[in-house]
Amino acid sequence: MKRKFDLYAMTWRLPIIFWQFLFFVGPLLFMVAISFFVVKNYRMMEAFEFVNWQKMFSKGYFWDSYWYTIFIAGVSTTVAMILAFPASFTLAFRASDNLRRWAIFLLIIPFFTSYLVRTFSWYVILAESGVLNAMLAYLGLGPFKMLNTHFGTVVGYLTLTLPLVVILQTVTMASVDKTLIEAARNLGCKPLATIWRVVLPLSKTGFIVAALFCFILSFGDFVAPFYLGGSQEPTLPILILDTTKSGQQWPRAAVVAIVMMATLFTIAFAAIALAYRKGGAK
Amino acid sequence: MNQTRFLNVILALYVACIFAFIFAPILFSLVFSFNSQRFPTIPLGDFTTEWYAKIFADPDVWVAARNSLTVSVCTSIVATFLGFCTAYSDFRYNFRFKGPYLALILLPPTIPLIIMALAMLAWLSKLGLSGHLWSIILAHSVLTAPFAMAIIRLRLNQMDPDLESAAWNLGGSEWKAMRHVIIPFCMPSIVSALCLTAAVSFDEFAVSWFVSGLNKTVPVVILEIVQGNIDPQVNAIGTFVFLTSMTLVILAQVFFISRQVKSHS
Repeated sequence: MKRKFDLYAMTWRLPIIFWQFLFFVGPLLFMVAISFFVVKNYRMMEAFEFVNWQKMFSKGYFWDSYWYTIFIAGVSTTVAMILAFPASFTLAFRASDNLRRWAIFLLIIPFFTSYLVRTFSWYVILAESGVLNAMLAYLGLGPFKMLNTHFGTVVGYLTLTLPLVVILQTVTMASVDKTLIEAARNLGCKPLATIWRVVLPLSKTGFIVAALFCFILSFGDFVAPFYLGGSQEPTLPILILDTTKSGQQWPRAAVVAIVMMATLFTIAFAAIALAYRKGGAK
Repeated sequence: MNQTRFLNVILALYVACIFAFIFAPILFSLVFSFNSQRFPTIPLGDFTTEWYAKIFADPDVWVAARNSLTVSVCTSIVATFLGFCTAYSDFRYNFRFKGPYLALILLPPTIPLIIMALAMLAWLSKLGLSGHLWSIILAHSVLTAPFAMAIIRLRLNQMDPDLESAAWNLGGSEWKAMRHVIIPFCMPSIVSALCLTAAVSFDEFAVSWFVSGLNKTVPVVILEIVQGNIDPQVNAIGTFVFLTSMTLVILAQVFFISRQVKSHS
């Protein structure tokens, strides 16, 4: 059946297409375009040259920064997944439905509190003469240098990602069929082996999604490495910040941003392929 | 079964530790905002409202608060409208390219904010739209619309599709059915979406910082204070930001729950 233009349907469908092309697709495509522009006398000129790409790729600090960002985001993802697991396990299997609902509600709160304020709070807590070192001093320990270290950066990332990881892990494990776990136990499977061979394989997809989100958030965050990590080893987001804000070098910042996007897409596709891979788990 | 009990206690303690880690910065920020020390440590200094007095006396903070309010109110309206349109289209219609269509609205939150910030800054300057308060609104509407879409879509899930066709059979036009059936049915989720998108917009700093030029919102002011030095004013501002966001989130939740109660009755 051939239909003529349906005004009613299009009223609901078209605004968002128009809006997202103008303010979402447009900006991203334009960012790709400006990576080929040139900057002369602090002014950006339209051009089609590969000079920014060559410049960035030939710089040692760019690659150092690239691998460091992947490394530190990877470390933070691993730490978040491991730290969250026992807590999520408890909430999923040992807590009542009501308690679990409350726990998840509480864990949503941090998303809506200023990440900047929380980071600043950590800054004061972790400082040389800060709260944590003062507490440790009562125990006769320290002082430890925690700011401007990898540790500081990871604490910052965890502030951002840990609530999300706990929520996703809990929800995933809570939806695992309990009878399968009982069956495994009845058939003589030890508790830890049950986790390893029944619970984890059944929660694979949710766990991979949790890890992926955790990685994306850490990879793209500039606040934690800047304020808590001291930006001695700048991550890619800090590189973007510096080149845009101080150097007016938008084209080079665009190169960094595109490399980041390409990396994230590759990792996301790999993760999704892994999550939905057949066999093994089932 | 003493061993199981012991294990349960250990696990409960562990959960408490994780929650302590997550909420420590929020609680400490609240405590520090009433603490007289410029550089807070233990033991705490005296109780003071000095930092609050300071921010109340600071005209920049007032301007920023008004800017933030404007931005989050306008953003929430635009984003909720866009979210509603998409949620309804997804609910009612099947069409070609529906996958890409949904991706178009749902993808923005997965892209790192610093990248969105750079892309928005470059694009909006090209169009001559950067450096204004409404530049932030344009950018935030894209970033927050998916949240509105998700909430309203969940609500539509609970609606019997026959309800709409019943309205048509009774002689209502599609537009009338929308006004008298769909919108009233979605109202709680629409209010919920308004609150939630406002809360997200209220806390966002990377994009605001890049595209707003000299029009600072509250998070941008915090960012600039933090860059300078240690200043407990941040904690006082943070407390207000926290209260505002929490009010919005709780309101969103209340509407979410009132919806469920109604649909059960």
